[in-house]
Amino acid sequence: MVTVKLHNFLSGKKDAIINKWYEGVLKTYPAEAARFLREEKDRFANPVGYALYEGMKGIYEELLRGLEPDRVDPWLDRIIRIQAVQEFRPSQAVAFVFLLKQVVREELAAAAAERELPWGELLEFEARVDELAGLAFDGYMKCREELFAIRIKEIKNRTSRLLQRANLGVTIFE
Amino acid sequence: MASLPKPEELVKIDYNPPRRGWMDNPVEFRRGTWLYAAKPRHLEALGLPNPREWSPEEEDWKLPPEWREIVLEGFKERLERFRSLKLFMDICSRCGACADKCHFFIGTGDPRNMPVLRAELLRSIYRRYFTLSGRMTGKLVGARDLTEEVIKEWFYYFYQCTECRRCSLFCPFGIDTAEITMMGRELLGLLGIYPDWIIAPVANCYRVGNHVGIEPHAFRDMVDFCVDEIENVTGIRVEPTFNRKGAEILFIAPSGDVFADPGIYTFMGYLMLFHEIGLDYTLSTYASEGGNFGLFTSHEVMKRLNAKMYDEARRLGVKWILGGECGHMWRVIHQYMDTMNGPADSLEEPVSPLTGTKFENARSTKMVHICEFTADLIRHGKIQLDPSRNDVFKVTFHDSCNPARAMGFFEEPRYILRKVCNRFYEMPENTIREQTFCCGSGGGLNADENMEMRMRGGFPRANAVGYVREKYGVNLLACICAIDRAVLPALMDYWVPGVGVAGLHELVGNALVMKGEAERTTTLRGEPLKGSGDDENT
Repeated sequence: MVTVKLHNFLSGKKDAIINKWYEGVLKTYPAEAARFLREEKDRFANPVGYALYEGMKGIYEELLRGLEPDRVDPWLDRIIRIQAVQEFRPSQAVAFVFLLKQVVREELAAAAAERELPWGELLEFEARVDELAGLAFDGYMKCREELFAIRIKEIKNRTSRLLQRANLGVTIFE
Repeated sequence: MASLPKPEELVKIDYNPPRRGWMDNPVEFRRGTWLYAAKPRHLEALGLPNPREWSPEEEDWKLPPEWREIVLEGFKERLERFRSLKLFMDICSRCGACADKCHFFIGTGDPRNMPVLRAELLRSIYRRYFTLSGRMTGKLVGARDLTEEVIKEWFYYFYQCTECRRCSLFCPFGIDTAEITMMGRELLGLLGIYPDWIIAPVANCYRVGNHVGIEPHAFRDMVDFCVDEIENVTGIRVEPTFNRKGAEILFIAPSGDVFADPGIYTFMGYLMLFHEIGLDYTLSTYASEGGNFGLFTSHEVMKRLNAKMYDEARRLGVKWILGGECGHMWRVIHQYMDTMNGPADSLEEPVSPLTGTKFENARSTKMVHICEFTADLIRHGKIQLDPSRNDVFKVTFHDSCNPARAMGFFEEPRYILRKVCNRFYEMPENTIREQTFCCGSGGGLNADENMEMRMRGGFPRANAVGYVREKYGVNLLACICAIDRAVLPALMDYWVPGVGVAGLHELVGNALVMKGEAERTTTLRGEPLKGSGDDENT
């Protein structure tokens, strides 16, 4: 029996898999928003859709190349930075990563037909996706921490001159 | 036991949001997305109704017992008083042109942030209580009962609109969603539902004269501080005057420019310019606020706060008023002041004492925007500029919503910018001028407790800045609004780190060649004139 080579399969089916993955992510948004994210192609009119799609493309390429955190982080950041401030719980914000597993399994099952599935490779790939989810969570926490730090910085900026003039002798600034 | 789910059912997670109609989806008040409630003492100071301690995240909002009658009566009054409201309630054809134009819809993906649906929040109540079809057929025609859930929904969504009016640009009927939001906020106000971030500045302004509540001596002290800083950079001591009767011009800036970073550098720019041209002007410690958070409260409160500008101009006997870089301040002046408190007959039609230019557009309000004034000075060669002093910056320009869409103010700031710096790059066309994307924090939303929501709303703006940063290495976002100066640094820090924010007159101050000045080695911020600008993006 012939075995499907997973890497070849993932490369060959790249566009189809990314599109399906993207569709899955769009479904996590309300229907009206999903339609807009899908249909508006101008990257300035639809910055969220653009960032999600570009981010997912970048991540997918990196998965195929192996998984170097330094290289994949900027792509992950594009997505996570948005979802970290949107109406998602932390688990939901990183859930888009797991959707990829589902898509790959479905596509693979459909393509394999009578052929043997590359179980070993698939397990390895899925382990990489799990690792990616970990990185996504790191990214999520980084964004949230930045958000809180920015809030503090803004409050300080707002009052800095008044405190300085009041000669309070308090140094609350870096 | 039979009802226990199987393992494969357990691992199947549904990521999809619930498919319910928007009317049946009560708002969840998640921290980071809403504004704190107004403190009772601020409502008391202004004589506004139902002062009490309450919080949006609590079940009981402590509404007055007859709250429904109050809202419906208030709605009726406003439908009779404002023909625009009646029209906006009736004429929407739901074409959807506005739907995807709101930065909050784009950034949140929340359908109730589509301007058409934001208006439906009010329209559904209008239909139910003020139209025959709505009374008879209810939900079939999009009508619904006024419940406490609706009030909560109004609070959530009318304070997720920055009144930026981008959507109205695309509406074939010219429906102005900002006006709808303003009406929604007024109705909430009848029940004492206000955010503290808006009502505290209003109370301060009413009592002391500015949003921050800086009293006259402290105001003067802050200006003196600017004077010292200017001397440190230029060697020149500028001498502003306060409450001086008989001055030709009264200058009013947003108070954010007097005390907060980075607005303070813009304020220094104003003072330097006035000194250099020998302008006969005075500052007022009473009319010490150009901004008007009354616009975000109600027409009545807006009028009350605005009146002090004219009162003070009259008291001091000035000829006309010059206004600083502010956003909503100019919407109030340009679109409301004249009918609220004008015409200002005691003042004179503004004429630039340096160039003789008559500002005919301000014939009735007697108030001129500083950018028009400065652009005119430059056009007539009245000031000398050295744009290379801003070479450390690669600048892009954010059209602040109100000057852009409420005044059609596009060219003057760009004209100045091109004269005061050498490297200016525009953001993409569909994100500037009349199509400019809001900072995401205007309309009174520039608090810190809703930072998460601000980041969502500001994303389309930040995304366009990110593009010019990537393409040209832009490192400074210039703007002509005090709220922008206060909130864009946070937006940049989150989405486009490495981009600073400055008012236009800060750059004017840097470039302005002053008679008798010492050699400039730093910007107004005390940073070296030449240096890292070129390298930091490579």
